[in-house]
Amino acid sequence: MQLLRQTGWMIVRQLRNLMREPIWIALMIIQPLIWLLLYGQLFSRVGALRGGASSYIEFLTPGIVCMNAFFGGSWSGMAMISDLNRHVIDRFLAAPASRFAIVLSQVVRAGITAVIQALILLLLGLALGVRVHGGVAGWFVVFAAAALLAMTFAGFSHGIALLVRKEASMIAAANFVGLPLMFISAILIPPRQMPHWIEVLSRFNPVNWGVHAARNAIVAGGHWGASSMYLGLLVAATACTSLFATWCFRAYQRSI
Amino acid sequence: MDAIVAEDLRKRYKTVQALDGVSFEVREGEVFGLLGPNGAGKSTTVRTLATLTQPDSGRALVAGEDVVRHPNRVRSLIGYVAQDSGVDWEATGRENLLLQGRIHGMAGAPLRKRVDELFELVGLRDAADRVARGYSGGMKRRLDIALGLVHRPRVLFLDEPTTGLDPEARAAMWVEVERLAEQESLTILLTTHYLEEADRLAERVAIVSQGTVVVEGKPDELKANLRGELVTVELGDEDGRIEDAAALVRTLDGASEVTVDGRHVRARVPNGAQAIPSILSALDGRGFPVASVTTARPSLDDVYLHYTGRDFATEDAGGG
Repeated sequence: MQLLRQTGWMIVRQLRNLMREPIWIALMIIQPLIWLLLYGQLFSRVGALRGGASSYIEFLTPGIVCMNAFFGGSWSGMAMISDLNRHVIDRFLAAPASRFAIVLSQVVRAGITAVIQALILLLLGLALGVRVHGGVAGWFVVFAAAALLAMTFAGFSHGIALLVRKEASMIAAANFVGLPLMFISAILIPPRQMPHWIEVLSRFNPVNWGVHAARNAIVAGGHWGASSMYLGLLVAATACTSLFATWCFRAYQRSI
Repeated sequence: MDAIVAEDLRKRYKTVQALDGVSFEVREGEVFGLLGPNGAGKSTTVRTLATLTQPDSGRALVAGEDVVRHPNRVRSLIGYVAQDSGVDWEATGRENLLLQGRIHGMAGAPLRKRVDELFELVGLRDAADRVARGYSGGMKRRLDIALGLVHRPRVLFLDEPTTGLDPEARAAMWVEVERLAEQESLTILLTTHYLEEADRLAERVAIVSQGTVVVEGKPDELKANLRGELVTVELGDEDGRIEDAAALVRTLDGASEVTVDGRHVRARVPNGAQAIPSILSALDGRGFPVASVTTARPSLDDVYLHYTGRDFATEDAGGG
């Protein structure tokens, strides 16, 4: 109970602090829209890329939702570095704050942000003619995919933040992991169009689990069994990376 | 019961032996000072007692609880005010305090009341609902102290509470700490590299140098044990007899290092208040007119030099 209460109050703290950053809010809203419009135009004339969707933008929307979620998660560790530098973390640790609550609150915050962005993207997609073929359940699957992807990568990102504790190293690590994962995924093109070895690799890419779940919900409007499996895998991945970040707290504490 | 017991604490960081057998005790309700230059091991000691740093060996009890075996019990009994402010800049003072209270399991009306009380105590009532980014250094420091007090701890750690403050804010902080010690009936462990600060605030001090406690005691006792006080007698009209006066003072019990400087005779005595009447009556008995008498105590500077063989200011500037 104490763990959940502390996590809840720490989430409130982070969301409230973010709400005081108008530029952050503006970018959070505008950036995914740019992705969707830019990529949507770039590949709109390549029919082979639609992967069964009625338009490329319909194919792309779930991809961009997931890309946005996992990028957001990957970068979320910057908040931990800022808290470390401002000695807020030390203050929490000298009080009976649960290490897991500190990590979990950051992870959940990344998930909430991703869901808000997914909602904005879906609304824009609707305006551009995208249909969510999975109905209400489909919407929820898209939100779940976005939240879980963001949380998986947020756990990883916070672990790295606790290990490196420097912005520059954090940026390098996020790029090192993020960009390859984006290109070894079905965000922009259907698996059928990938070289075989990339297609094989992409099956083990957590980003892809989210993309498939979200795309099933929007484009196919079915395959709920497969989507559930992918979401289940992402739940497991979130648990793993959150535990990894909690474990990294020990490494941090040994070093101070 | 002792509020803090540190027994032979040792901690090594790669190439630096930060703690090399630190031992001391702090009695309940006492204001205790860890005094030493930068890098002497004061902060590492406090971080160890506040459960942030694990010692390599040794034992420490805070409010009766072992910091290694029961860190969470210790955490709920202590307030820790770090050398570097732990204020969340993007939150208001009140939001900072409410969250800290909630981490300590407080809630509802009692928490809100305590937070109001603390803003009153540290003089931040008017700034309570402003975002802390706009606070001055002194205001952040006072919020830090309020953060350390929200759950009514039994032991408060103040790590360099006045470092980085201007002289005015420092003086205000001293008054603050004195008031806290009284009003909140706390045991306070403060570290400082300002000798005057330890002298002013701490009932007892431990002088820390290179990872160990070199001496411990009341500031007055440490100074008294050292070389006593310096008594300076100014003669009204010495009439060429100043050396005779000095010779007379030399014969008195306890007087040492008697020197002459113009119309002044200086002597070291164990206790100025006891020595002055006998000095005055001896001089008066031989017809020396006395214009004034002053006494000066040795400073903690002198104590530091005596026990470490090193000059405090040089050591501190060197960061060693």
